[in-house]
Amino acid sequence: MPTLVAPEIETPAADAQFLAKGKRARKLFDAAIVRRALTDSFVKLNPATLYKNPVMFVVEVGAAVTTILLIRDAVQKTSGFGFDLQIWLWLWFTVLFANFAEAMAEGRGKAQADNLRKTKTESMARRLLSGGATETVPASMLRKNDIVLCNAGETIPGDGDVVEGIASVDESVITGESAPVIRESGGDRSGVTGGTKVLSDWVKIKIVSNPGETFLDRMIALVEGAQRQKTPNEIALNIMIAGLTLIFLLAVVTLAPFASYSVTSVGSGYMPSIIVLVSLLVCLIPTTIGGLLSAIGIAGMDRVMQHNVLAMSGKAVEAAGDVNTLLLDKTGTITLGNREAVEFICAEGVSEAELADGAQLSSLADETPEGRSIVVLAKQKYGLRGREVADHEATFIPFSAQTRMSGVDLDGRRIRKGATDSVRQYVEHQGGRFPSQVLEATEKISRSGGTPLVVSEDSRVLGVIHLKDIVKGGMKERFAQMRVMGIRTVMITGDNPLTAAAIAAEAGVDDFLAQATPKDKLDLIKKEQSSGRLVAMTGDGTNDAPALAQADVGVAMNTGTMAAKEAGNMVDLDSNPTKLIEIVAIGKQLLITRGSLTTFSIANDVAKYFAIIPAMFQLTYPALGRLNIMHLHSPQSAILAAVIFNALIIIALVPLALRGVRYRPLSAGALLRRNLLIYGLGGIVAPFPGIWAIDRLLGLAGLA
Amino acid sequence: MLQQIKTAVLITIVLTVLTGIIYPLAITALSQVLFPSQANGSLIVSNGKVIGSELLGQNFAKPEYFHPRPSAAGTGYEATSSGGSNLGPTSPDLSKRLGADAAAFHKDNPQQTGPLPSDLITASASGLDPDISPASARVQIARVAQARGISPQQMESLVGADVQGRQLGILGEPRVNVLKLNLDIDRQYPLKR
Amino acid sequence: MTLNGWLQIALFFGLILACTKPMGLFMTTVMEGRKNWLTRALSPLERFLYRICGIDSTVEQRWTQYAVSLLMFSLVSALLLYLMQRMQQMLPFNPQHFGAMTPDLSFNNAASFVTNTNWQAYTPEATMSYLVQMTGLTMHNFASAAAGLGIALALVRGFARQSADTIGNFWVDLIRATLYILLPLSIVGALFLCSQGVIQNLHPYTVATTLEGAKQTIGQGPVASQEAIKMIGTNGGGFFNANSAHPFENPTPLTNFVEMFFIFLIPAGLTYTFGKMIRDMRQGWALFAAMSVLFLAGVVTAYHFEQSGTPLLARNGIELAATDAQSGGNMEGKETRFGIANSALFATATTDASCGAVNAMHDSFTPLGGLVPLFNIELGEVVFGGVGAGLYGMLMFAILAVFIAGLMVGRTPEYLGKKIEQKEVKMAMLALLVLASSILLFSGTTSVIQFAKNSYWNAPGPAIASLTNSGPHGLSEILYAYTSATGNNGSAFAGLNANTPWFNITIGLAALVGRFLMIIPLLAVAGSLAKKRQVPVSAGTFPTHGPLFVSLLVGVVVIVGALTFFPALSLGPIVEHLLM
Repeated sequence: MPTLVAPEIETPAADAQFLAKGKRARKLFDAAIVRRALTDSFVKLNPATLYKNPVMFVVEVGAAVTTILLIRDAVQKTSGFGFDLQIWLWLWFTVLFANFAEAMAEGRGKAQADNLRKTKTESMARRLLSGGATETVPASMLRKNDIVLCNAGETIPGDGDVVEGIASVDESVITGESAPVIRESGGDRSGVTGGTKVLSDWVKIKIVSNPGETFLDRMIALVEGAQRQKTPNEIALNIMIAGLTLIFLLAVVTLAPFASYSVTSVGSGYMPSIIVLVSLLVCLIPTTIGGLLSAIGIAGMDRVMQHNVLAMSGKAVEAAGDVNTLLLDKTGTITLGNREAVEFICAEGVSEAELADGAQLSSLADETPEGRSIVVLAKQKYGLRGREVADHEATFIPFSAQTRMSGVDLDGRRIRKGATDSVRQYVEHQGGRFPSQVLEATEKISRSGGTPLVVSEDSRVLGVIHLKDIVKGGMKERFAQMRVMGIRTVMITGDNPLTAAAIAAEAGVDDFLAQATPKDKLDLIKKEQSSGRLVAMTGDGTNDAPALAQADVGVAMNTGTMAAKEAGNMVDLDSNPTKLIEIVAIGKQLLITRGSLTTFSIANDVAKYFAIIPAMFQLTYPALGRLNIMHLHSPQSAILAAVIFNALIIIALVPLALRGVRYRPLSAGALLRRNLLIYGLGGIVAPFPGIWAIDRLLGLAGLA
Repeated sequence: MLQQIKTAVLITIVLTVLTGIIYPLAITALSQVLFPSQANGSLIVSNGKVIGSELLGQNFAKPEYFHPRPSAAGTGYEATSSGGSNLGPTSPDLSKRLGADAAAFHKDNPQQTGPLPSDLITASASGLDPDISPASARVQIARVAQARGISPQQMESLVGADVQGRQLGILGEPRVNVLKLNLDIDRQYPLKR
Repeated sequence: MTLNGWLQIALFFGLILACTKPMGLFMTTVMEGRKNWLTRALSPLERFLYRICGIDSTVEQRWTQYAVSLLMFSLVSALLLYLMQRMQQMLPFNPQHFGAMTPDLSFNNAASFVTNTNWQAYTPEATMSYLVQMTGLTMHNFASAAAGLGIALALVRGFARQSADTIGNFWVDLIRATLYILLPLSIVGALFLCSQGVIQNLHPYTVATTLEGAKQTIGQGPVASQEAIKMIGTNGGGFFNANSAHPFENPTPLTNFVEMFFIFLIPAGLTYTFGKMIRDMRQGWALFAAMSVLFLAGVVTAYHFEQSGTPLLARNGIELAATDAQSGGNMEGKETRFGIANSALFATATTDASCGAVNAMHDSFTPLGGLVPLFNIELGEVVFGGVGAGLYGMLMFAILAVFIAGLMVGRTPEYLGKKIEQKEVKMAMLALLVLASSILLFSGTTSVIQFAKNSYWNAPGPAIASLTNSGPHGLSEILYAYTSATGNNGSAFAGLNANTPWFNITIGLAALVGRFLMIIPLLAVAGSLAKKRQVPVSAGTFPTHGPLFVSLLVGVVVIVGALTFFPALSLGPIVEHLLM
C-alpha cells in the first residue's frame, strides 16, 4: 500500500465549521485597504472601464445627464434646485459606492500581492555545467531544464523538481507555515518552489519554469486579480441584469409619453422632469447586484486564498460549488496516516499476558506510530510498562523489505512480528507450526479492514496483533452532510477490496475504489463525467497528474510534484487533502451570495414603485396618492428617499458581499426555502421601513 | 433553402385544401343534413316570411312588446354590425346614456320603483343579445299588460312560462328570450286593432 | 358573486384537470409518432401528405433548420392570405360581393392570423367573403396552432434529449399536429356547436322582417367550422365582429362552456405531454399547478370586480347585487345568457391563453376587472397559454426563475437536469425584452404621435383620436391593443378604432415581433439544451417540483410582469380604479 505521509492534520471537530477563518484571514475593513479603495472608487469612474459593468454604466450616464441639467438649472436659477442637487449627489454616490465595493475586494488581494512581491528578491543561482562544474548566474537567466545546485542557506532560484539530494526547506513564503519541510529526489516530495529557502543539506534541482512564469509570479498575479476573468455564471448573471436594465430603461423611457398623454388628457399637473425619470430608472435597475457582482467574485477568490488554497481561476472555484463527486484518498484524508493496535488475539495455549509481553518487547525499539501504539496498548490493557531494555542483552532487528519482519533478540528469546506470510515462513523454517486458528484470526482482521501482525517467539506463534486504520474524528458527520448537499464521496485506496469496504463503511463514504492505480482513478473520473457529474479530487504525485487534469476541480498538494501542481487547477499550500470539502463549501457560498443578492436586488423594486409612482403624478392624479402606502410626506422626499435607500443599500451590503452569505450544508430544497425567505421575501419587505425612515429623516433635517 | 421554400409552398397548398376547403365544406354538408335548422340560423318563419332568428335579438320599441336590452350594433340590433358600446366603466358617455335610458324606462314604466336589473339598461356585448333577465322582464309586465289590456297576473304567468332556467341546471343564467316571449304574447293576447 | 357562479368555475377547472392526462398522453403518442387509436385511420393520409410535399419524415432538423422551415412556411402562407384578401372580389364564395380589402388591412390581418393573434381591425361580416374566412383564415387557424405545438415540442425535446443535434422536424410536427389533434377535435367540436345553433352554410345574408316591421339583415356563413378551430387552436378570430358574444358563434351557456373548455384543452394537456416526454410527471404537474394558481387568481379577481360593478352604475339606479332573477354587477358589454361569472371566466381564460376570443367586451369591464385580461397578456400568456405558446413561454419563465433563484442553492442552476448557462439566459432575456419593447414602444409612440394633414398613416391630428374613451381608460385601450398584438392574443379593448394604416401596420408588426422574435430565441435554447448532457439529480439539485418551485415560478412571472408594466398600468387601469 502506498503510504502518503501527510503533514500535521487538524482533526475536524464533529460539528465541522466548514468555513472557519483560514490562516491568511484579515480584518474586513483594514484601514490601509479602505484608504486605497476610496481613491480607487474615483479612478473607476472612468467610463472606458466602467462600461464593462452595464448597470453601473447606466447609472453613470444618468448621473452625467443630471449634472448637465443641474448646471443648466443653476444658470437659469430655476426652483427645485435643492432637490435636484441632492438627487445629483446621490446618483454619483451610487456609482462611487459600487466602485468602492469592487475596490475593497480588489484591495485585499492587492495587499496580499504586495507582501508576496516583497519576498521576491533577485537571487543568484549556481547552474551546473556539463562536466560537473557550476557557474553563477542571476536567477532570471535560468531556463527550463537547467540544473542548479542549492546549498543550505540559499534561496531556491526557481520552480523545479529535486533530482538529487535531500534537504529541509523553509516554504513559509508560499504557505505561511514556518515549520520546514523535507524535499528529496524521487517520489512525491520532489517539488520545490522558487523563492523558498534551503535550511539544511543540499539539493540539485531541475528547473521547470521560465522566469516570469514561476509559481510565485502566478500567485502574485492571481491574488492581485490582474488576469481575473469572469466566470461562466457571472457572465450569465451579467447578461440577465443587463437585460433587466434594458427592460427598466424601456419602462421608464415610455413613461414619458404615457405621462404626456395623461397630463394632456386630464389637463392638470406636469410631465415628470428628466431628473425624476433618471431617479426612477436608477432605483429600478438592479444596482445592488450590479454594484456588488464583481466584488463578490473577487472576494470569493480571496476567501479561497484565506484558506491557503491557490485557485488558478475563478472558474475552478465556481466549479467546486457544482461538484457532484468527491474523490478522496483514504490515507491522510479519511484515516489518520497511521494505524493503531487495538486488540491482541492469542494463539491456542498462549495467555494474553504472554502475547502482550511478546508484542511489546518486539516493538520497544519500533519508532513507527504502529509500533508505539502496540506498546501503548500492552500498557493500557495489561499494565505492562515499557522496560528498560538496556539492562538486558538485547539486539533489535529492524524491519527490512526482505524479511518483512521486525523484532528483538533478548536473553536468547527471538521475538518477531510481521506480516502473516513472512512469520509463517519464518516459524515453519524453524520447524514450528502455524496454527490454523491464528490464520483464521488474521483473515478475520483483514476482512474487517484491519491489518494483522503475527507475533512469534522462536518457533512458536504467540498470536496476532490487530492493527486498525483509524478514521479521523468527525468524518462520518461530514460525509453525511455532503450527502445532504447531494455530493457523493468516493474513497480511493490501494487496499484490497475487503479492507477498503470495511473502512468505507466505517467512514461513511458512499463508494470506494480499491487497489486503485492512477489509471483506475483517471477512468473513474471519466466515467463520472460521462454521466454528467463534476468531479473533484486531490493529488500530489506525478502519476496523479493526468487525473488532476481531467478532474473538474483538481487540488494539488503543495508538497507534491511540480507536474501535479501544473495539472491541477488549485494548489493547497497547506497540503491538507481534507480541505477539498471546504473548497466545495466556498464555491457554493460564492454562487449563493450572487443568487441571494440578485434576488434581493430585484425584490427591492416593488417598494420603490410605491414610493416614486405616486410622487411623480401627484398633481396629475392625486388619486394615485392611495398607492403611497408608506405615507411619505412629500413627492420630493419620496423620490429622494428611494434614491438614497438605493445607494445606501449597496454600502450596507458590502460586508455581506465580501464575507459571503452564511452557508450551511443543507439540501438544495432547504437552502432554497431559507434563502428565498430571507432574500426574496426580505427583499420585498425591507425597503418599505428603510425608505420610510429616510423620508422621516429628510423631513426632520429639512432637506425635502 | 430552395428545398425549404418548395416544401413551404407545397404544404401551404395542401393544408389550404385540407383545412380550408375540405374541412369546412364537409362540416357544411354534414350539418345541413344533421342540423338543418340550426345550421341555417334557427330562423323563425311565419306565413312564409322570415321574421328573425330565435338566437338574435331584434328591436322592440312599442309599449305592447317587451323591450330588449339597449343595442350598440349599428343603429340597434343591426345583425351585420355586431358589437358592444365599448364604453369604459368611467366613461361620461356611458353615464349620459345610462341616465337617459333610466329616465326613459321610468317614464314608460311609471309603476316601477326601486333598483333596475343590471342587464336592463346596459348594452350587451354582441348588440344582438336575444335575452333579458327574468327580472328585466318582470319590471315591464305592468306596461305590456296595460297596453294589451290584460291583467298583470295573466302576463306574469306567461312570462313565467317563458323563463329559461340554467342549462343543465347549472350553466349560464336564467333568461327570457324576448322575441319568443313577444311571439307568445301576440299569439295568446293579440292586439285588437 | 353567487354560489352558482363559483360552481361553474369549479366545474370548468375540474373538467380541465380531468382531461389533462388523457389529452396529454394522446398528444405524446401523436408527436412522438407512436401508434394511437387514430393511426389506423389517418396514417395513410399522413404518408400521402409527406409524399406529395416531398418530406422525409425520418430526417430531423437542427434548430436553425427548424426555424427556417417555420419562417418559410409562415411567409408563404401569410402571402397567400394577403393575396386572397386583396383579390377577394374576383374569387368565389362571395355572395355579399365584398370588394378588395386595403393593403394595410390585408397586411395586418395576414400578420395577425399567421401569428395566431387573430386581431381583427374590421367588422368581418361586413368586410370579408366566405372564401377568405373559411379558406384563408381557417387554414391559418390550424397552421398557426400546429406550428405553436411543434415549437413547444421542439423545446421539450431539447430538455428531454442529451448530446443531440436535432430537435425534430417542423414539417412532420406541423402535419401530425394538424391531422391527429386539431382536425379530429375540430370536426367533433364544429358538429357539436352546430347542434346548439352555431350556423354553418354558404347562403347569402337573410333579410328578415321583424315583429315591429323593421328589416333585419341576418348574417350567414360557414361559422361552426371556423368557430371550433378558433377555440381549439387558441386563435380567437371571430367570424363576426362580436366574436364569441355573437349568438351565432356562441348561442348557449353550454356552447360557452365548451368553447372555454376548448381554449384550455390542448394547453393544459401539453403540461402532461411535457412531463411524459422528459420522463418526470411531477415536473409537468408543477407547471400545471403554477398555471392553475395564476388562473384562479385571475378569475377570482375579475369575477369580484365585475360583480362589484362601478359607482357609475349604482348612481344610475342599477342593482349591483346578484339575485335569482338577474345577474347584478357590471352587465355593460356582457350577454344575459352568460352573466357575470361566465364573462369573467371567459375573459380570464381567453387571455391566460393566447386565444383572444371574447364573449364580453373587455373595454367595458371595470378598471381592475379589465386589468386582469390586460395583465394576463402582459405576463406572456403563460397560464396554460396558447397552443404550444403557453408551454414554451412558461418554460422560458422557468428558466429565468431557476436562474435567478437557483444560484441560491450554490450550484450552477439546472432545470430538468440541464445546466442553465449563458446562452439560455441570453435567449430568455431576449424574448422577454422583445415582449416588453414591442408593447411599450408602440404604445408610447401611439399615445403621443400626431399626424399631418393628408398623411397616409392616419386621419390628421393625434392618433388618440381613434379612441372611444379618454383619460386613463383611453391609455388602457392603447396599451391593450399593442399588448394583445404582441402577445398574439387578438382580443381588444374594442373601443379603439384601429382600421387605419398606422394602427394596421404597427399592430401587424407587433404581432410579427411578438411571435417570431420570441420563437427564434426559444428554438435556439432548444438547440443548445439538446446538445447538453443531463446532470443526474441529487440532493444538491434545485427541486423543480413541489410547492416551493411552484410559488417561485408564480412569483417570477408576476414580479417580472409587474415590474415591467407597473408604470404604464398605474396611469391606465390602476388610476382609473382609484378615480372611480
